[in-house]
Amino acid sequence: MGKDEKMKTKEVMVLEDLLGSNKKIAAEIRQKLTDKGILTINLLSSPGAGKTTLLESLSEVLAPEYKMAVIEGDIETERDADRIRAKGIPAWQIITGGACHLEAKMIGKLLPEIPADLDFLFIENVGNLVCPASFDLGENIRCVLLSTPEGDDKPKKYPKAFTTSDCLVISKTDLVSVLPFNIERAKKEALEINPALITFTTSAQTGAGIKELAEYFSESFQKIRRTNA
Amino acid sequence: MHELSLIANLFEIMEEKAAEKNAKKITHVVLQVGKLSGVVPDLLITAFDIYKKDTMTSEGELTIKEVPLKILCRDCKTEVVKDDFVFICTKCGSTNLKTLSGTELYLEKMELEID
Repeated sequence: MGKDEKMKTKEVMVLEDLLGSNKKIAAEIRQKLTDKGILTINLLSSPGAGKTTLLESLSEVLAPEYKMAVIEGDIETERDADRIRAKGIPAWQIITGGACHLEAKMIGKLLPEIPADLDFLFIENVGNLVCPASFDLGENIRCVLLSTPEGDDKPKKYPKAFTTSDCLVISKTDLVSVLPFNIERAKKEALEINPALITFTTSAQTGAGIKELAEYFSESFQKIRRTNA
Repeated sequence: MHELSLIANLFEIMEEKAAEKNAKKITHVVLQVGKLSGVVPDLLITAFDIYKKDTMTSEGELTIKEVPLKILCRDCKTEVVKDDFVFICTKCGSTNLKTLSGTELYLEKMELEID
């Protein structure tokens, strides 16, 4: 007791962001990559929405003209990176070993390996529509995928992923004829929670919408190059 | 469940601040958690209780202050607290809005025991 009596309690105001260190690292990454003229895109979705397949399709449109590379985030296995490499695209696999999202420091560690002459760096986040939304990875564009089998009611159920994204890709639209998925309803929901979202509809099976999405990325890339010039 | 990772960040910040004040123990921690912060308060509490074992916060309590999502319409200047996440002004229908609060994830303050 004697010792406790000598102790005094003190209240300290702190007001510090729990994501502050992640935001700081992310800002440094964004600065470094943008200075090199690299456009970085963070792809976000639930598991199985078609992120890797979309990257495979995009590579066919972008790779003949541009230099692209991919960072793959997964809880386990090199499978996704292998699929990208099979397309002739350099890929790095981050195995999180259980973590449900990527953090900026994981990207930061890989940064020395990223070639300086890239045009596009895609980061495929761990499949999860919740946790990745809280972590800035230093991207220029955050792109959220919503596949038609998931249902058109997802934007309001998982608002953070949609409110923090710049573009929405509604994927697997070739399945829409056999699903109760209403593309217009999904877009409307998403735009209600984020009116600034740029929306695309794609099907990797038929190739629909892939060119339009690639054009959007190319235009954003040209903007970075013009700003740097 | 990214809450554990956020709690790990929290402990880093707390212990750094506590060391600056030469504190022996952290007895109370107050967090501000916005409605659109993307975290579940109950899971933060669970993660906090797991993480605090064998640290200077082992007897510490966590209080979470939930911060409402408040937006300002840049067109009609109305300030609205949103219970849904619909970013459309309830008064004039504009989508030209500014988020005033609701995305916070802050360590607001803590109570320390100092010699």
